[in-house]
Amino acid sequence: MSTFEFPPSITSRPVWGKLEPRAGKSHLMIADAEGAEALLKLAQADGSLMTKAHIMYFPGETGDTYIGKLEELAPAQLYIGPSYEAAVPRLRRTLAGAHMGLQVYLTGTESLMGQAMREATDAGIPHTAIQTEHRGSVARRMQCVHCKGITENVMTDPFVCSHCGLNLFVRDHYSRRHAAFQGVCVDAEDPGNVPPPVELYS
Amino acid sequence: MSAGTNKIDVTVTDIVPLNDLVTRFKFERSDGELLPTFSGGAHTVVEMKDGEVSRLNPYSLMSDPNDRTAYTISVRRDEEGRGGSLFMHRNVKVGDRMTISYPVNLFALDLRAKKHLMIAGGIGITPFLSQIRQLDYANGHFELHYACRNRALGSYVDYLTSAHPNDVHIYFDEMKQAIDLENLLDGQPLGTHIYVCGPAGMINWVRDTAEKLGWPREAVHFEEFLAPQSGKPFQVELAASNKTIEVGEHQSLLEAIEAAGVDAPYLCRGGACGQCETNVVDYDGEILHRDHWLEDDEKQSGKKIMPCVSRFEGKILVLDR
Repeated sequence: MSTFEFPPSITSRPVWGKLEPRAGKSHLMIADAEGAEALLKLAQADGSLMTKAHIMYFPGETGDTYIGKLEELAPAQLYIGPSYEAAVPRLRRTLAGAHMGLQVYLTGTESLMGQAMREATDAGIPHTAIQTEHRGSVARRMQCVHCKGITENVMTDPFVCSHCGLNLFVRDHYSRRHAAFQGVCVDAEDPGNVPPPVELYS
Repeated sequence: MSAGTNKIDVTVTDIVPLNDLVTRFKFERSDGELLPTFSGGAHTVVEMKDGEVSRLNPYSLMSDPNDRTAYTISVRRDEEGRGGSLFMHRNVKVGDRMTISYPVNLFALDLRAKKHLMIAGGIGITPFLSQIRQLDYANGHFELHYACRNRALGSYVDYLTSAHPNDVHIYFDEMKQAIDLENLLDGQPLGTHIYVCGPAGMINWVRDTAEKLGWPREAVHFEEFLAPQSGKPFQVELAASNKTIEVGEHQSLLEAIEAAGVDAPYLCRGGACGQCETNVVDYDGEILHRDHWLEDDEKQSGKKIMPCVSRFEGKILVLDR
């Protein structure tokens, strides 16, 4: 099973929902890896969505696992890409040409949902109107509050900033603008006194 | 007390009849100072001293939000109403001193919007006049669709069409012109917000159509001030202040509470803002909910009432006030 129940936290921490079919003129679905499972479930709930759907899917480490099943859904458009980053121009072009009545569905890792959410809100969709569902890895996209560098796929707390090398504590404090959680130096007062890294939610 | 109950003493400095139904009033501060700034879509509550009766009616501010020397409002005469608009039309003269509230905005522009799509019906045009002026300063992107009965009764039609010929679209009911709403909403660019002000039927039509087409609720804004309706007189016990009061036929419950000297919160006095929400301690009868604020289940629960517009018929009503 690809779902994970995040424990309650501070209000800054995003709370993900469950995708459900909504009335709309068109449907943009963005997923990575196990996020495909949530799209398959969504299609089961209302198959008619797919005739007006544009799916952007980034399989990552799941490889071919879900691709055949997504093709069987016969969405109006199915784009399968190597990474979210490589698809950003395509996503921006899609949003620039989109009209009101577009429904946006985001599913998969927090990093993907956060970044795609940022593009969608920049395009003018209220963030509360965008549906999300977490699936797959609980790895985080972290911003180092000191050097501002982004470290992707953070699985342990604390971790080492991939840009400046500081030892960072993983906070639940989230920035929608950066689409990242905040990492704060863990040994500023006593350099070198770094607690052993623990896997997130282990 | 609440924010909207901060008062300003003003003098009526201009009265301009626009057509058979609508008259414009201009207020300036009696002490010669400047008025507070406001944002497009804001309203003020005008106090009217009509002999023994005191009325407080909300009116949208329609002047330039950056002009602090004066506020203007437009009042549509309502022959069937409880007399507030008739009082404004018949009794108020240039030079009169009046009291108005600080501006309150329950119908503000969402400045995150990429485009503002405004839909007005009849006198519902007033908040858009100040919103459009506000957008003028910021070079904001808007489109106004304004439906009214005919040219003679179309307040500000000429001004709007000459000031904004490409952005204003007028529909005259008597010429069988109607807003083609589905077509209008279909194809609006992403980031468009809808603002609708007019009769209840129009507001519901726009909200329902937008929902059906997949518009987010957050992108659909509406304002309808309800005038308190007259009804059978009734008695109310105010538990917290230990008083029993009578609500007259043409008086609202909120006005009766105020007349008894009990301080009750309010902002819009039109069933929209939620400020006057009051707990019902006990009742035996029927609460006549007339507001836009309470959810249906709250109305059915019999535990809440909005005294600005709602009434009661029955034996006992006890409020926590």
